[in-house]
Amino acid sequence: MATQIEPATQTDEDAFRAEVQQFLADNFPAELKGQSNALAGVDGPTNETPAQTKWREAVGARGWGTPTWPKEYGGGGLTKAQAKIIDQEFAKAGAYNPIGGMGVMMFGPTLLEYGNEAQKQEHIPPICRGEIRWCQGYSEPNAGSDLANLQTFAEDKGDHYLVNGQKTWTSGGQWADKCFAIVRTDKSDKHKGISFMLIDMDTPGVEVRPITMISGTSPFCETFFTDVKVPKENLVGEEGQGWTIGKRLLQHERTNISGGGSLARLMGQSLGDIAKKYQPTGADGELADAVLRDKIADFEIRWNSFLLTARRAMEESKAAGGVSEISSVLKKLGTKLSQERSELLIEIRGLQGLGWEGDGFSDGELEAVRAWLFGKATTIYGGSTEIQNNIIAKRVLGMLDHQ
Amino acid sequence: MAVLNEEQEMLRDMAREWTVNESPVTEFRKVRASGEPEAFNRDAYATMAQMGWAGVIIPEEHGGSDFGFLSAGLVVEELGQTLTASPLVMNTVAASAIVLGGSDEQKAKWLPRLASGEAIATLAVDEGPSHDPAKIETSVSDGKLSGTKAFVHEAHGADLFVVAAKDGLYLVEKGDGVALTTRKLTDQRSHADVTFDGAAADKLASGGDSLLDDVLDRARVLTAAEMLGMAQQVFDDTLAYLKQRVQFNQVLASFQALQHRMADLFADLAQMRSAVEAGLQAVDGGFGVARAATIAKAEANRVMHTMANEGIQLHGGIGMTDEYDVGFYLKRARVLEASFGSSSWLKDRFSKLSGY
Repeated sequence: MATQIEPATQTDEDAFRAEVQQFLADNFPAELKGQSNALAGVDGPTNETPAQTKWREAVGARGWGTPTWPKEYGGGGLTKAQAKIIDQEFAKAGAYNPIGGMGVMMFGPTLLEYGNEAQKQEHIPPICRGEIRWCQGYSEPNAGSDLANLQTFAEDKGDHYLVNGQKTWTSGGQWADKCFAIVRTDKSDKHKGISFMLIDMDTPGVEVRPITMISGTSPFCETFFTDVKVPKENLVGEEGQGWTIGKRLLQHERTNISGGGSLARLMGQSLGDIAKKYQPTGADGELADAVLRDKIADFEIRWNSFLLTARRAMEESKAAGGVSEISSVLKKLGTKLSQERSELLIEIRGLQGLGWEGDGFSDGELEAVRAWLFGKATTIYGGSTEIQNNIIAKRVLGMLDHQ
Repeated sequence: MAVLNEEQEMLRDMAREWTVNESPVTEFRKVRASGEPEAFNRDAYATMAQMGWAGVIIPEEHGGSDFGFLSAGLVVEELGQTLTASPLVMNTVAASAIVLGGSDEQKAKWLPRLASGEAIATLAVDEGPSHDPAKIETSVSDGKLSGTKAFVHEAHGADLFVVAAKDGLYLVEKGDGVALTTRKLTDQRSHADVTFDGAAADKLASGGDSLLDDVLDRARVLTAAEMLGMAQQVFDDTLAYLKQRVQFNQVLASFQALQHRMADLFADLAQMRSAVEAGLQAVDGGFGVARAATIAKAEANRVMHTMANEGIQLHGGIGMTDEYDVGFYLKRARVLEASFGSSSWLKDRFSKLSGY
């Protein structure tokens, strides 16, 4: 795409960096410094402050929240090098990227690949401006790990589909404007009977019920479809192509769940340093509990080699011009390790690390408890660890199906 | 696999071709059968040295190629895959001590000979069965070194010992005042207790207070590289076996219980490779070496331990036989795990380096 190459030849890196710095000086409200993007999380509603709105609109107008997406659909049309400069300068200024969520992480890249021109024109620009929240209509009560067993049915009614069925674990369903869903259009073929379509959440017949999780939060919903009319133009790709498109989208999801980068930031603080605040130390400054000390070191060594593995996967993929085979282990490893860390944090803090609410606990302590509980989901969603193991064994190691 | 430059790719390909064709595990079986305590094939080592492998970390002015530790690790990994018995790792570690701590005279005297294979050197630090560089009794007075070093790797073939004494590292040549007692270990390689009784010693006076730690970190990353090759081979052999062994009219590879264990091992192996390569690269970069080497050896120990055990179990009964190779890897694995830092020692060091 010509628009993606132009800026690189027009502007050298220093000039572009200066442009980003000027943009931040002109547009980033100082009061937002150090905040994160509320819209990107699936864990809360969007009640933007005026400053947050201003910042979102400024970044959205430039397409800089989705810097490498094509300009004709509202993206930045920038090179990866320029996108990196934006990242760096935003980080330096303490500014977050206000454009995020499932539209950016999963649906947008998939629609750019499989959508028709009209769909791209309609749906991509609002994602780039952060105006529309998308949710994912994938799992059903009887289609979890066996996702292709989904039964939600879209009946062909000539000019529209009539959708009936139930989705579950719909992340952020209660706050979403639209849903990208995989539904059944043909009951005679398990995989080829699946189609990918877009459903407005305010269509009559769509009902959303939040599910309270063990962490006390309700980031997931049950979504019911009762005689929901979906216009034919909301079908992405061809009828029966939904499994292919849907799986492609999941690759974007897995990359985001396992990404060493964000996990590294999340888990930056040394457990040893935390432990020294909760546990007795000897005269030499070492943790007195030798068993706990050993456990912490054991974890941190494996965590370090995970970060090295995530970096190696990226470098190998870049060098090979394709996905490195070790990328297949990142989700499995990253989610397991972050769960282990949460458990270890509780062991370090004792009962002080299990607070549910109240002034007797710091915000950090309370957040860790909720994160520990919610973190149990990470090895279940996005393809459970067992599904990841199947994928590694069959696709990477070439181990055959049971006959 | 780290992204390699052209020289490194050539070196690795050459090492792979040579080990597969000239030094398969059957060659190790011959070494074992010979019963010679030095436990390596002199002709094979001469060939390795001719190909430049003994001088990979030695500066060009002293007859080496100065390719660095990542490159040396590539060769060592290939040697580990076929259990090639040679003093290459220990010679490289000992040479690094001279590179880091030697005078111009010492470098000129020894490095060209170590690079060409004309002489062989090894490292002698520990004085008991467990790695503990803080506990050294060996001492030197009037240029005479006395003390006993335990389980010295490749001692029988060594012309030169790099010996840790209380006040630093010394070069001691084999001969007067140096006596070996063979300690035959399960890996059937060269190990000996070495008693130095007033042996002439030449101090490695440069390199500063951290010289011993720096040299041991090099021993850790290269040992980890050997273990990486071994773990890779056990994994590959086990996977190949599961794909051909039929039970219940199915190849074993089709059983999910085994598939998931292989997926776990594959993930472990990925972690091990990342840690080992990063350790080698840290030595070349000269930054964060202690931490990176500790992580490298700790991960090598953890994964190699599991891999060897799983390799036996997944092979079933034939994995227990001397006819199959997998048992050799288990035996060598445990010797290397205990050398230059057991898992618990390494975790203690990691905690200290991290300030807790």
